[in-house]
Amino acid sequence: MSREEVTSAPKRDDVQNWARPVEELKVEYRPGVRGTNVDGRRLNGAVQGFGKLWQKTYSFAGLTITPEEAIAEWKAHFGEFWPTGNKFAGSLTGIQPGEIALLDLSIGGTKLSTGVLVVYADDRSFTFMTPQGHMFGGWITFSAEPARDGSTTVQAQVLMRASDPIYEVGLALGGHRREDAFWSETLTALARHLGLESPTVDQHVVCVDSHRQWGRWRNLWHNAAIRSAWQTAASPFSLSRLSRSRNRQLSQPTPQR
Amino acid sequence: MNTPTVGMDVRHPAEGVAVVDITGEVTSACEAQLTHAYEQASTPGTQSIVLNFSGLEYMNSGGIGMLVIMLVRANRQHQQVRAYGLSEHYRQILALTRLDEAIAVHCDEASAIAGEPLERAR
Repeated sequence: MSREEVTSAPKRDDVQNWARPVEELKVEYRPGVRGTNVDGRRLNGAVQGFGKLWQKTYSFAGLTITPEEAIAEWKAHFGEFWPTGNKFAGSLTGIQPGEIALLDLSIGGTKLSTGVLVVYADDRSFTFMTPQGHMFGGWITFSAEPARDGSTTVQAQVLMRASDPIYEVGLALGGHRREDAFWSETLTALARHLGLESPTVDQHVVCVDSHRQWGRWRNLWHNAAIRSAWQTAASPFSLSRLSRSRNRQLSQPTPQR
Repeated sequence: MNTPTVGMDVRHPAEGVAVVDITGEVTSACEAQLTHAYEQASTPGTQSIVLNFSGLEYMNSGGIGMLVIMLVRANRQHQQVRAYGLSEHYRQILALTRLDEAIAVHCDEASAIAGEPLERAR
C-alpha cells in the first residue's frame, strides 16, 4: 500500500482547464506565420510517436514573484522568449484550453511550419500537445511551483517520441542538442524578463523507453519538415524569386573569353 | 507548497490481473507512488493491470504524463493496461490525449478484469 496523506478535500473542478476532444485540428489564416501542416491534422501523443521516449525537464529557480504571476507573464509573452528566427502565433484569446498556436521553426537553415494545441491550462501550468507531422509526438508542460525557500521555480517538461524515422535520425544527429539549446535559451530569456539577472537553467533528461515503435513509421507521410521544404520551394514567392534570378542572369552580358 | 494527496492500493483479484485503486489527485507529484504501485502490481504472472479511477478527484496534464510512463513500463513487460471508474470528463481527456488507444476503458471492474467488451472513451 502506498497511501499518502489522503484528505477529504473537495473534488477540484477542472473541466474548464482542459480542451474538448478534437478529431482534427481546424485553423484559419493567421498573420506572421505560414500556418501550414496543422489544419486537418490529428493530435499525436507519445503513444502515437515513433522514436525513443524521452522526458526532458528544463528549469530555473529563485524568482521572487508568485507561481501565478510567473505563469501569467509567460502566457502573455510566450513567443517573445523564443530564440530568434522562430515564430509563435497564438490565437487572439491567448493560451487557453482548446486554442491552437501556429509555429514557424528555424531548423537547420530551413523553416518548418507546424503548430500545437493547448490541451490544458490553469493558473500554475499549461500544456501543449503536438499534431501529426510535428517533430515529435507528445506534449510540453510549462509550470511554476513554490520552492521550500519561498521562491518560485519555473520549468518546461517535454514528454516526447520523435514522430517518424527521419526525425529520429535528426534528433540523434544534433536535434536533441538543438532542442536543449532552444529551451535553455527560452527559459533564460524568461528568467531575465521576470527579474533574474544571471539565471542558471538546469536540465534533466531521462530516456523513459529506449525502444522504437516501428509500427509508426508511416507517420512519415505527415512529416512537416518535408512538407515545409516543398511548400517553400513551391510558394509563389519562391517562384517569382526564381524568375527574377533567371531574368537577372539573362540580362547580364556574356563574359568575353 | 502543494502536498500530494494520492492513494494507490494494489489488489490481485484474479490470476494474472492486478487492480490499482487510485484515490485523490494524480499529478506529476505522484510519480513515486505510481512507480511503487506498478512495482507491486507487476508480479511475474501479471498479464493485465487495471486502474480503478472511481476515487479520482483530480488529474492534470502532469498526471497524464505519469500514466504514459506507467503504460510504457507495462508494455515492455507485455502487460495490458485497462481502466474503469472514469467520469465522463476524464474519459474525454483520455480521448483528447489519444491515451484511449492504448488504455482500454471499461464500464466496471468485472468487465475490466475479464478484458471485454472494450469501451472507447468517446
